[in-house]
Amino acid sequence: MSEPVIRTEQLTRRFGSVLALSEVTLDVPRASIFGLLGPNGAGKSTLIRLLCGVLRPSEGRGFVLGFDIADQAEAIKQRIGYMSQRFSLYGDLSVIENIRFYGRIYGLSHKKQREREEAVIHLTGIGPYTDRLGSKLSGGWKQRLALACALIHEPEVLFLDEPTAGIDPVARRDLWDLLFELSHRGCTMFVTTHYMDEAERCTRVGYIYQAKLIALGNPDELKDSPEVTPPGTRRFEVSCSTPPAALARARHIPAIRDATLFGTDLHVLLDESLSPEALIEQIAPGDRAAAYRPIHPTLEDVFVTLSRRQSLRAAS
Amino acid sequence: MKGFWAIILKEFSHIRRDPVTIFFTFMVPVIQLTIFGFAIDVTIDNIPLAVLDLDGRQDSRELVNALVNTHAFEVVERPRDAESFRRALTSGRAKVGILIPADYSERLLLREKAEVQVLIDGSDSQVATTALNTVNLLAMQMSVGRARTIGESMQVTAARNERGQASSPIEVRARLLYNPDLESSHFFVPGLIAIILQLVLLFLTSFSIVREREMGTLEQLFVTPVGRMGLLMGKLVPYAMMAFGELLIILVVMQVIFGVPVHGSLGLLLVLSGLYIVTVLGLGLLISTIARTQLEAVQLAFLIMLPSVFLSGFMFPRSEMIAPIRAIGYLLPVTYFVEIVRGVILRGADVVDMVPYILGLAVCCVVILSLSVRRFRKQLD
Repeated sequence: MSEPVIRTEQLTRRFGSVLALSEVTLDVPRASIFGLLGPNGAGKSTLIRLLCGVLRPSEGRGFVLGFDIADQAEAIKQRIGYMSQRFSLYGDLSVIENIRFYGRIYGLSHKKQREREEAVIHLTGIGPYTDRLGSKLSGGWKQRLALACALIHEPEVLFLDEPTAGIDPVARRDLWDLLFELSHRGCTMFVTTHYMDEAERCTRVGYIYQAKLIALGNPDELKDSPEVTPPGTRRFEVSCSTPPAALARARHIPAIRDATLFGTDLHVLLDESLSPEALIEQIAPGDRAAAYRPIHPTLEDVFVTLSRRQSLRAAS
Repeated sequence: MKGFWAIILKEFSHIRRDPVTIFFTFMVPVIQLTIFGFAIDVTIDNIPLAVLDLDGRQDSRELVNALVNTHAFEVVERPRDAESFRRALTSGRAKVGILIPADYSERLLLREKAEVQVLIDGSDSQVATTALNTVNLLAMQMSVGRARTIGESMQVTAARNERGQASSPIEVRARLLYNPDLESSHFFVPGLIAIILQLVLLFLTSFSIVREREMGTLEQLFVTPVGRMGLLMGKLVPYAMMAFGELLIILVVMQVIFGVPVHGSLGLLLVLSGLYIVTVLGLGLLISTIARTQLEAVQLAFLIMLPSVFLSGFMFPRSEMIAPIRAIGYLLPVTYFVEIVRGVILRGADVVDMVPYILGLAVCCVVILSLSVRRFRKQLD
């Protein structure tokens, strides 16, 4: 396998006394989509900014396309694209003016510039809006414009910081289709998101919690990991008529390792010492509608389980 | 009135957590009141005086001492020849020049009329009027005093003196230079060039950068390979060009509407204005490296604008200010530029006259630019 496009070793960043990112080690192979998840303030944006060379690491090392993020940031910047979580283009410039501006920033030749303009407009489908002011676009189209600008110089890596935050589901799906297309063309993606369905579509995911990377792998690996479903335990989905009450009872039963509400259902990690029938009897006594079925953990189960464990570890 | 208390309590919570607002409400007025209270002293004294005493004997020294004793004047220079005497005035180091002729003492002794020439810089009509009145009054007093002494020594009294035949022994020939009609617009309009340029440039440049920071577009630019100097110069040059255009418009308006001609070299004025514009751009840049939001930028710009108006000499003569407050003025580039525009436009000053101010402005320029360029990093932290 070739050298990973992104590689970090014990990457750490402090802001004053605050530890924003602690000893993150990961690698991202070429043409893959890496999804980074975690709650707000966990350090996702800090990691992206470190990798883009706009923040310097406090400790540890990081490489993007083989360049050191600490002292070769400018070489990295020429080869990456970045799309931030906010619309950070010029609202008082038209779509085409924004695209041209970024083309000039990257120093594209006149001929190349024309070529790329056409290519990114075609790819993002923003053609009908080229003369519209940036501020007049809807959320989804703003993101497409941002993507067009980030792609103008044919970057080898694309960093996307919550690209789908606040846009409608259709635009979200369309944007992801675009990302897949780019990935097929050999572009490596590094995406942060809050959406589990987006995480499921990534080739690899990492989960950051309290500045630490606590999970790393492809989604299926993570779901099957013994950390999530330890030997001697099974996962069940329980449906009953009063799930909140059932959850409250579940908290007091030692054989229930973990219980979380999922919509109208309850996801339970159950010790084999207790049968699912006995479980129902205890958490939903007398409920005729109560039923259970064994399930595989979802990514959300994975992250919830690992976060709780991390909290306990940090507390003890 | 429903919700009144809720809103009040909430507002105080905001204020409590916002040290900048507390500082602006309580500290800034106190600072400004003290500073400006000292600066805004309408009685004018300590007008800088240049004395060319060609006589140099007791009588002429008495005259100079009498002038100083009025507290209206302070001798700043004693030139030895007519050329440096003229320079003292065109350079603005002295606002009043007194030329005592070589035969001053003889004439007094021979009881002939002794003429003293007083040249007054009319640029600032306030200062000029005070100087004119004081000099005339003093000459009259000294004449009367002398007449009485002589009368007593001759056993005659002034009261029965002849009318019309005698003339006062000391006559002051005052001449108002540069602005003989004492029009205050001639004084204020050139100074306004400095103030307006600073006002507009400070806001334009600091806003243009802070707005990008607020919008997140600056962060987007940091991720591109744009050079630090490329970004910096690209942001500042358009505003420098606009400022230069603005300067030309102001100069035309000054001549056409206010009838203030440029007495000195226009080329010199434009070159030095260029230096000033660059300096103020640097100041705007400095603000933008400190302010995180446009509101903060406005507050910081005001913090610079207020002393610029009150302490630079634009509004109140700097010779009137007590030393520590005058010292604050030396930190502001506008102080030097106000002197430069007034010198070149009103008094026809040349490079030699303006050397101290050009040096002062140049030092400001270098310090401010190097400080702000160093602070402006292509990184987020």
